[in-house]
Amino acid sequence: MSAATTSQHKGSVNYLNCDYSLKSWLTTLDHKRIGLLYLIAILIFFLIGGSMALMIRYELLTPEGDFLMSDTYNKTFTMHGVALIFFFLIPSIPAVLGNFLLPLMLGAKDVAFPRLNLLSWYVFMAGATLGTIALVAGGVDTGWTFYTPLSSTFAHGAVVLAVSAAFVAGFSSIMTGVNFIVTIHMMRAPGLTWSRLPLFVWAHYATSLIQVLGTPVIAITLFLVGVERAIGIGIFDPKLGGDPVLFQHLFWFYSHPAVYIMILPGMGVISEVIACFARRRIFGYDFVAYSSLAIAVLGFFVWGHHMFVSGQSMYAGMVFSVITFLVAIPSAVKIFNWTATLYKGSIHLTAPMLFALSFMGLFTIGGLTGLFLASMAVDIHLHDTYFVVAHFHYVMVGGQIIAFLAGLHFWWPKMTGRMYPEGLGKLSALVTFIGFNLTFMPQFILGYMGMPRRYHSYPEEWQVLHVLSSAGASVLAAGFLLTIGYLIWSLWYGEKASANPWGAKGLEWQVPSPPPTENFEGKPIVKEEAYHYSPELHEEEKEYEHV
Amino acid sequence: MNGIPFFPEQASKAAHEVDLIYYLLTALTIFFSLAVFAGVLYFVIKYRAGSKVDRHHPPSHNMKLELAWSVIPLFMSLAVFGWSAKLFVEMQKPIPSRDALEVIVIGKQWMWHLQHPTGQRENNTLHIPVGRPVKLTMISQDVLHSFYIPAFRIKMDVIPGRYTTMWFEATKTGTYHLFCAEFCGTKHAEMIGSVVVLTPEEYEQWLKDNQWGMQSQQRIETMAEQGAKLFTRLGCNGCHAPGSEGGPPLAGMYGTQRALTDGRFVTADDNYIRDSILEPQKMVLSGYEDKFMPTSPGIEEQQILQLIAYIRSLKEMPAAAAPINRNEAEG
Ligand SMILES: [Cu+2]
Ligand SMILES: [Cu+2]
Repeated sequence: MSAATTSQHKGSVNYLNCDYSLKSWLTTLDHKRIGLLYLIAILIFFLIGGSMALMIRYELLTPEGDFLMSDTYNKTFTMHGVALIFFFLIPSIPAVLGNFLLPLMLGAKDVAFPRLNLLSWYVFMAGATLGTIALVAGGVDTGWTFYTPLSSTFAHGAVVLAVSAAFVAGFSSIMTGVNFIVTIHMMRAPGLTWSRLPLFVWAHYATSLIQVLGTPVIAITLFLVGVERAIGIGIFDPKLGGDPVLFQHLFWFYSHPAVYIMILPGMGVISEVIACFARRRIFGYDFVAYSSLAIAVLGFFVWGHHMFVSGQSMYAGMVFSVITFLVAIPSAVKIFNWTATLYKGSIHLTAPMLFALSFMGLFTIGGLTGLFLASMAVDIHLHDTYFVVAHFHYVMVGGQIIAFLAGLHFWWPKMTGRMYPEGLGKLSALVTFIGFNLTFMPQFILGYMGMPRRYHSYPEEWQVLHVLSSAGASVLAAGFLLTIGYLIWSLWYGEKASANPWGAKGLEWQVPSPPPTENFEGKPIVKEEAYHYSPELHEEEKEYEHV
Repeated sequence: MNGIPFFPEQASKAAHEVDLIYYLLTALTIFFSLAVFAGVLYFVIKYRAGSKVDRHHPPSHNMKLELAWSVIPLFMSLAVFGWSAKLFVEMQKPIPSRDALEVIVIGKQWMWHLQHPTGQRENNTLHIPVGRPVKLTMISQDVLHSFYIPAFRIKMDVIPGRYTTMWFEATKTGTYHLFCAEFCGTKHAEMIGSVVVLTPEEYEQWLKDNQWGMQSQQRIETMAEQGAKLFTRLGCNGCHAPGSEGGPPLAGMYGTQRALTDGRFVTADDNYIRDSILEPQKMVLSGYEDKFMPTSPGIEEQQILQLIAYIRSLKEMPAAAAPINRNEAEG
């Protein structure tokens, strides 16, 4: 790579200070600004969904219903799921970090279609607005899965508004996916061949494929729910001549791959962070890159593992079960390869690295507990219990949110031009790790005991485990609030960041922090593979202040 | 119970083996998590920045190693899959037995309604004898529900419009939790109850204690007897009685292959009979193209199940059964 730009000119013009007007933000075509717009939007939904999680956990402190019961409780967990899945997790890494970083990593001025990019944010906001209206107009009591015929006929909440919200937000996801695929194909800097791409880019390529291929199916499915509910055309309700199980097939055809929309970008982040702070090229780059594609492809053929007790044929169940076991392998490969990357590295335990290691632990548990649910005979017992709740929170929170935090800390200096306080960052990594395990480890046991999900009351003998879980949720919430607090604080009071505070490889670290609007002066030329670190050399020269 | 409970009771035939697979998976999870944890910890300490260790020629990849840690977990996964699939098939299959107890379950917002073949009904509680296979035939009147007994390690969705079935055999007397596991609306969390496993003698006694109708002093009728009455009341016997030309005879047809006018063959099972009662024109039997069967508006799920019980009872003695029942119905 060309010589690193390590100096930053005081008072130089960058993408943040070039224009302070609100109009300049709302009409911006700059991928970096759009990334920040997404960050602000999803933070709001993170706070909404997160506070609902806390309310749920506090309700469950006692076996009987206390302050959230029946419809109120049902609406709370529904909006918790809808807000966090459709309006936080799915856009989190791709729309924020992906938007900000892809062009920088590729040596490009912007994404392929900057206008489409801005449109995708507006479409997302339209969906978000509909979702908020649904919440205010009485809420939704179907669960985020919208199972029919409850959602299409029997539920009395604002179901049509809620499915419209997810429907509209889906289009923003498709637009981002198309934009990223074209950008990765067309906008790579000279010399940046596919085998030299950062793994973050590979992960986003795989994610975009799923977004483009899968999202239309959920859009149609939710549209049909709305049609049945609004006009009474029988599609899913047997009383109207429909098939209720058909909905589950259509829903999970998207929503299982959507799990990978949520986790693959996180894996991309982890590859970048581990390579940088181990000062090593990722061990087995090819395996890690192709495993993303393998996950994306296989992920489309496992949806029936959500339906082992739905009355689907036994043989269909077996096929879905065996493919689910297969899709676990590429994820395991990634974990092993990241571990091997540490071998002979020069390891710096910065906050992003601690989050990345936390991810490795939590995601390992999240992935392996998925195999319990893939095992049909065991899933009969565990389906729709707290075991499932614990499993997907290990993947979605322990995996994706922790990876998002790793990435946010790692690229925070690049995005904002400021360092976050390192000590608090490390503390946050520790507190979230402890709080998370305390919250969700007891839920595995509760699930095996038979505690069904979506209950506001439960038999007395399970109270101890529920209290432990609620205590953990408080610790976890404190960790998240601490993080949000010091990140915002650092925007004004953080130490000024240099262009490359971590001594990281990758084109994004060759431009000033924050980058100028046009990213690069001239076209960068790539002459070496990704992660061209050398741990033995790094040990001799100590040139970077922050590692 | 003291302290924190970790496992639900093992009270069915399948529970033990389900738990064995669970133990195996738990052991694998702990092993791999600890292996990753130990590996990370070891490398982080040994190769921490500033430590004086050999860092020369870090391997960029190692094909053999990477194949090994792809293929070994693959085979382990397939082994677990095989065991689990085998058990799954066993759990779904009918338990071979002459005297399986067949109970019907009707789920509705927000209660379970059950009826024993001998006619006894109960709500949110299921009494069964220990050591005897039980088959549940289940249907929902409204939304999806799911019949879940953790102590038996079994669960099956209860769907509107179609029967689902579930087999189990209780191995231990006692009272166990019964939950609705599929979210079904406002009072989902109150759609709970219990399963009471009795000794065979206790179960017989329970049946006797409950054989009198609520209001009347009359002994309750079996499901098949109730079905026979309905069969007459709804006018089914007009065409389906033995010797009648109007419709196909029903005696002995249960479980046979039926040739349809569109060339398909279907097995005459519970779902087939239910569909034929509700939508007679959907699956017309070959040879009856020109016959018309009226529907019975307002017929309830419970009544359909009683009719099915009656039609099944016609199996053994086709010629003699119908007149006897007709007499009973009139009597
Ligand atoms: Cu899935
Ligand atoms: Cu229910």
